[in-house]
Amino acid sequence: MGPFVPDIISDQLNLVVALILGTGFGFVLEQAGFSSSRRLAGVFYGYDFTVLRVFFTAAVTAMSGVLLLGYLGLLDTDIIFVNPTWLIPAIVGGVIMGLGFILGGYCPGTSVCAAAIGKVDAMFFVGGGLLGVFLFGEFYPLYNVFFESTFLGPIKVFDSLGISQGLFAFLLIAIAVGAFAATTQIERRVDKYSAPSLAFNTRNHIAAGIGVLALGVLFVFLPDRKTHLISMVSDPQYIASHPVDAMEVDELAFRIVDHEPNIRIIDVRPSEEFAKLALPGSINAAPRDLFGKDWISIMSQRHVKKVVMGENENQERVSYLLLQELGYENLTILRGGYESFDKTILNPSAFIPTGSRWDSDVKGFREKAHTDILKMIADSKNKGAAQPKKIKKIQGGC
Amino acid sequence: MKTTYMNPYLAGFFLGLVLLATIFITGRGLGASGAIKDVVVATVDEIAPSHAENSPFFGTYVGPGKDNPLKAWLVFELAGVLIGGFISGLVSDRLKFVTESGPRVSPRRRWLFATIGGALFAIGAQFTRGCTSGAALSGMAVLSTAGFIAMMAIFGSGYAFAYFARKLWL
Repeated sequence: MGPFVPDIISDQLNLVVALILGTGFGFVLEQAGFSSSRRLAGVFYGYDFTVLRVFFTAAVTAMSGVLLLGYLGLLDTDIIFVNPTWLIPAIVGGVIMGLGFILGGYCPGTSVCAAAIGKVDAMFFVGGGLLGVFLFGEFYPLYNVFFESTFLGPIKVFDSLGISQGLFAFLLIAIAVGAFAATTQIERRVDKYSAPSLAFNTRNHIAAGIGVLALGVLFVFLPDRKTHLISMVSDPQYIASHPVDAMEVDELAFRIVDHEPNIRIIDVRPSEEFAKLALPGSINAAPRDLFGKDWISIMSQRHVKKVVMGENENQERVSYLLLQELGYENLTILRGGYESFDKTILNPSAFIPTGSRWDSDVKGFREKAHTDILKMIADSKNKGAAQPKKIKKIQGGC
Repeated sequence: MKTTYMNPYLAGFFLGLVLLATIFITGRGLGASGAIKDVVVATVDEIAPSHAENSPFFGTYVGPGKDNPLKAWLVFELAGVLIGGFISGLVSDRLKFVTESGPRVSPRRRWLFATIGGALFAIGAQFTRGCTSGAALSGMAVLSTAGFIAMMAIFGSGYAFAYFARKLWL
């Protein structure tokens, strides 16, 4: 499952990968004609819409690929770098960049590409870029507060608009195809004799446009894999028709007291509850976390029994069934959930005799378990209990 | 030897595949302005190390325990852009020292505006945390709000200023 950084590809090797990917990037930019400032500027005057065509097609292609790979479970879209938003600085910066674009005729990536084939104006643009960063750095104290203002985090555009991911993907594709058609008409009107789009094969281009729109429609009906699986296992009917193994509270308490190495408590309660009280050796996870690669090493040990503990049995079943769906084995829920464990062991209510001849043994065991486990919890708190590895997000950006 | 450019949609498709491969393999997108920043930081650090370390901006990237700023992903990627652009120019017979400008613009004037444009673009890219590649294109591919804001702001502003800069290009 992608991405392969940092666990499969090391930081060192990643630099080699960067060089190779960059070579592909530069090659395609040059082949597209992005090494020509006249061409790049053409998008703003209507005589050449190459920039819009290449840029939008690339964005739609990459976005579609990310969505499809995510749906197929081949790419963990929760850990890839999502550019964070600093709202006002981003807009102001974009406006400054637009001005730089129309005056300079390049953007940073294309200027390097154009400089590579000998465009002297591009070399000046690159030089200007170096100067610009230097000036920005020297005068940084004048705007450092503004620079960090209106930080909204790595938000997603469909959430900002309040629509679903699939619907947004469809709309973006529809806008792109519509823009391609409209700008081709504009370009042919502005330059009747040498507009680049005159060379296009109309029938092929229309067919491709329809094909891309069909892909967009598919996205509307293609749910996000994680959301889909979680909603599937949360369905009451699904839960009712899928039996689960259950472990009694006393058994779990015994195994904890016994320091049994082959159990692992997966605490699926909200993280605030987990922070207040965590059982010895337990790990906290929201259902969505369980998809992560980090869990594979923990969950795929077949000889280790994974005890899913939630606030109640229903919460446990959802995570249990999700883990089962992800292919993990040797799972069990805790009978009665944390609530029952709390009432029986941690904060026991008065012992209710069942009339069994083992009653006094059970009562004695629970009292001992109560003291032992509370002590273990206190100890592990003092040691700074082994917290689960928090999912590492990949760093990126410029 | 061919000197015509690739069909823009095909080129866009390939560009999208390069970006997708980047996200799939490394979990991050492409970029350019970040590498330019790294080069500046490294240069300032080389020439005036104490000034760099005391600077509130450059100081966040240099200092004891920090890697050389040039040992960064984007620097290697942009070196690749240089190589890839050169190879493409070679196979398509476009290697030539030339200044490209609008019909009514002298080379010297073109160089001046290219320098100003480059400086403005780089300054803007600091505020937006990326340029057309790092913020707009890569940001849109992962559906980040920042990517769409960057795209709309860059192109919206370009159109807004286009009228005033028309003598440079038309």
